[in-house]
Amino acid sequence: MNAILNFFKPDFLKQKRGVHPPEHKAESTQLPIAKLAMPQKLVLPLRQHIGNMPKILVSVGEHVLKGQLLATPECTVSAAIHAPTSGTILSIADEIIPHPSGLPDKCITLIPDGKDQWTNLTSLDWRNAPKEALIASLCTSGIVGLGGATFPTHIKLRSSGKLNIQTLVINAAECEPYITCDDMLMREHAEEIVQGIEIAQYLLGAEKSVIGIEDNKSIAQQAMQAALTGKPISIVTVPTLYPSGDARQLIHLVSGIEIPHDKRATEMGVQVFNVATVRALYRHFTFGEPAINRVVTVTGNVAQPQNFEVLFGTPLTALTQAAGGAKPDTTHYIMGGPMMGFDLPTPEVPITKATNCIIAASPHLFAPPPPAMPCIRCARCAEACPIQLQPQELYWFAKSDAFEKARDYKLFDCIECGVCTYVCPSNIPLVQYFRYAKSEVIAADKAKEAADLARERNEFRLARIEREKQERAQKHAERALGTKAEAAKAASAKKDAANEAPTTEAPINSATDEAAKAAKQAAIAAAIERAKAAKAAADATGLAPKNTAPANPAVQQEIAEIDARRKNVGLANTNEAPMTADAEKQAKIAAAIARAKAAKAEAEAAKQAQNLELKE
Amino acid sequence: MLTALYIMLGLALVLGLGLGYAALKFKVEGDPLIARIDAILPQTQCGQCGYPGCKPYATAIANGEADINQCPPGGDAGVHALADLLGVEYKPLNAEHGAPKPKSVAFIDEKTCIGCTLCIQACPVDAILGAAKHMHTIISSECTGCELCVAPCPVDCITMEPIAETPDNWKWKYPVIPIRAVPLHEVK
Amino acid sequence: MNRSPYISDAPSVSMIMLKVLLALVPGIFAYAWIYGGGILVTIALATLTALAAEAALLKIRQRPIKPHLMDLSAVVTAWLLALALPPLAPWWLIVVGTLFAIVIAKQLYGGLGYNPFNPAMVGYAVLLISFPLIMTKWSAPLILAQTKLSFLDQLYFIFNQVLPNDIKVDAITSATPLDYLKTHLKLNQTLSEISQAPIFGVYGAKGGEVVTGAYLLGGLYLIQQRIIGWHLPTAFLGALSAIALVFYVANPEHFASPLFHLTSGASLLCAFFIITDPVSGPTTPRGKLYFAAGVGVLTYLIRVYGGYPDGVAFAVLIMNMCVPLIDAHTQPRVFGHEK
Repeated sequence: MNAILNFFKPDFLKQKRGVHPPEHKAESTQLPIAKLAMPQKLVLPLRQHIGNMPKILVSVGEHVLKGQLLATPECTVSAAIHAPTSGTILSIADEIIPHPSGLPDKCITLIPDGKDQWTNLTSLDWRNAPKEALIASLCTSGIVGLGGATFPTHIKLRSSGKLNIQTLVINAAECEPYITCDDMLMREHAEEIVQGIEIAQYLLGAEKSVIGIEDNKSIAQQAMQAALTGKPISIVTVPTLYPSGDARQLIHLVSGIEIPHDKRATEMGVQVFNVATVRALYRHFTFGEPAINRVVTVTGNVAQPQNFEVLFGTPLTALTQAAGGAKPDTTHYIMGGPMMGFDLPTPEVPITKATNCIIAASPHLFAPPPPAMPCIRCARCAEACPIQLQPQELYWFAKSDAFEKARDYKLFDCIECGVCTYVCPSNIPLVQYFRYAKSEVIAADKAKEAADLARERNEFRLARIEREKQERAQKHAERALGTKAEAAKAASAKKDAANEAPTTEAPINSATDEAAKAAKQAAIAAAIERAKAAKAAADATGLAPKNTAPANPAVQQEIAEIDARRKNVGLANTNEAPMTADAEKQAKIAAAIARAKAAKAEAEAAKQAQNLELKE
Repeated sequence: MLTALYIMLGLALVLGLGLGYAALKFKVEGDPLIARIDAILPQTQCGQCGYPGCKPYATAIANGEADINQCPPGGDAGVHALADLLGVEYKPLNAEHGAPKPKSVAFIDEKTCIGCTLCIQACPVDAILGAAKHMHTIISSECTGCELCVAPCPVDCITMEPIAETPDNWKWKYPVIPIRAVPLHEVK
Repeated sequence: MNRSPYISDAPSVSMIMLKVLLALVPGIFAYAWIYGGGILVTIALATLTALAAEAALLKIRQRPIKPHLMDLSAVVTAWLLALALPPLAPWWLIVVGTLFAIVIAKQLYGGLGYNPFNPAMVGYAVLLISFPLIMTKWSAPLILAQTKLSFLDQLYFIFNQVLPNDIKVDAITSATPLDYLKTHLKLNQTLSEISQAPIFGVYGAKGGEVVTGAYLLGGLYLIQQRIIGWHLPTAFLGALSAIALVFYVANPEHFASPLFHLTSGASLLCAFFIITDPVSGPTTPRGKLYFAAGVGVLTYLIRVYGGYPDGVAFAVLIMNMCVPLIDAHTQPRVFGHEK
């Protein structure tokens, strides 16, 4: 029915999905990309990408060279961290990272020594080297998607002919207002980008490459067009409408293919890369450079908005200083654009691989939102949503914690672009509700998985205890049967010996009892003998546990302490008499507990006395 | 008057027969109730409800012996889910059975541990690795925070550590709507 | 802490409501021209009652009063109700209707955004069922009335129910065309005979066509301003015309023509202002079409076979009940999904 409606609707009536906010891009494109002076220190978070934390290879105090590998990728979905300049490792500790939570994470702090000395770099002739070697080199290159998603690039490039990639789409849209880093990169380094595109196309085995660029970047488009002469790469201009830069939206705009929600783009024959990422590819293969810097737009309430080439780990304060300083009425900084960015907890955060733009915010730039009114179900959000969701329904569900319904209404297809909030007449922070709902659903799913696992473990444990009980009962039964047979034999032997003496029940019973006891003790003695023999044999053949040899005096001391404690508690020398009467054992343990508690209380008292002394 | 009566009786008969037939013919074999209740419970196996584990508690609820508000680790959300499932009124958590605590994981102080295996025997999900006379350690990813290991330890070497918030497990907070316009950086 | 997006470019709720009021202005002028200035008094009275009632309820519910009063949604309800009532309705009728609409049909459900039924239509329906005689005593268009009342006379009448100089009430009132049609069809007159009555203009009521035309202008303005979409008005008018056409073609002497139905009663007011109430209506494009078509068909059926002359109010209320169902079953396709 929708299709019929859409067919009859003339173009001008078809609702364009998305919005066109004021661009504010001209402010930061007046000056060329500037190089930043070397900052005082570089703070490199280990987690600058999607995937596992890399494994740290360096230690505090070590001197490293520019481009040296500081942390190597852990498993496949991970990326490396390199030293952006030469210097000394000051610390490996938790620092505040640029993350919406404002929580700290592990970072390597590097103090530059000013020499900016490169380590040994190896370039690769990508046209002639085997693809596996190229991918292997990328694994430790630290290159991740520089469009903001920070997905490790080597994973996206290792199609190795399994997936049939027809089209490589290069994302040069940069649809969010204020951000101009890709624009300036294209204006100044079009050649490098084009070479990067060729590398990516070669690695993917793609048939053709298309660059998707918005129509508000005419200078950049001209530069790219000039660099493309004679190459089989085409440019498609898309209308300037936010969010045309979203990967799936751009693919749809450029090639008409709509990627199904449960498939990856590669399964439909398309792969997308940001312009900055392909340029990093070029620099890596041509010069051997790992990922150590990127272009960042500094704009908003600063004296001189412009783009900078920034080393990863540069503190934000260095950037704002270089941009002429933030004006006095700056209230806070935003990382990213005004539609999808987030507040930075403090200006003391480092620049990471995900930082494409820093906006200094002030009340006149971003006025405080008016108080939210109730939702009037006008459905403007639904008309504007690029994913064709129903944000007002998702809002009702998220508000009332009806997360399963929100999931049914395709909450996880939301790309959090912010268009719905942009058009809402009631100023409801819709995207905030969706973010909240999504994290609650993800946490609940994780908790359910953990609960299912706990249930399995509990059931297995109960089953195991049952099984052990049954085995023990069986053993008892067998032993009883066995001793009964022996006792019967002994009794019959006695009988024979006694020569039909008048036997009563009691003597036979006592006889069997004694016989049983004797048999039991004999079995125990036999078991002990067996164990001793086995140990002796092991010692003789050298199969004794090898880790008792004193390797480390500290470990030796610990073992001695533990042995001493065990002795105290009465569990020493359990080789002998493991079957002491239960009551005795309980008493011993109780005594041990008392002793240990007393010892602990003494220690506590001593500590407290010490504290008091210190206080005085 | 009489015709109306006959018509109503006839309708009642026909509809009743229809419903009965449908109840038999279209019967859906669902999960037994105990399994469905157990699926809602958080599987901490802590025993705070008064039963030795989540399955026994689920059985008790199904038999009507236990109330639905006795599980602190499940929290209010759990009570609501149980109330929805069983079609009963929601009631707040029964304070006699404990208060909800932030999720914690047990931690063994290895300097103090004597390797007595009492905690291993106590753990309902076998989340403690160790053997007699050998060091014991908690497998943090399997620990449900039930605290059953803390009491049996003769040297009090087990502590409960609340799970720290890291950028990994951080969640967005429920949006706070100011009643009047507030400058952005002041909104917490 | 994150509050993206930091920018916004949406008309506020007050702006939307203000534009709706602006779009009603041509209709009000036409109405005052045809039926006299009493309508302005009615509208003023309804507005004051609505604002007062809303302020009182907000105070009781401990909500901020100023922002909710400034969003003008109560004013829109008041104007729509006033335009639906007979021109010389007594003041207490207006007050009762508005109170019911604002207090019970809107605030008691939770205020703006929470009412499942169109408040103006609830008020109208309550009045219609409680005071049927007064509600059907429409004042005649000034051109037809045997005696013309001045504005002050009308004002006086609204508040005191007394006419000057022994003018009889019958002299200034007449049945509406729909009402006339219904009663005379029951008397087995044919349409050709009925349409000779002076109340009938070219298509619909004499003078009613002008008011209808003014509403249409206002409605087109709203569509151009993107306050309402094209789905609801087109579907309603289309469905109403279609079913009227079917019946008319079947028996032209017993069923009025589609044009008559479009230009009489509250058809165009409904099409552009009543069913487009966003809170009580559906949110999906297909849903809007089904909803509006349903209102159109039900309006016609109630007009022809129901007990009341105009079926718009009840049709809207019945379809309001169906909105959650319609919404749930007309969810549009999400990008990247099959359907």
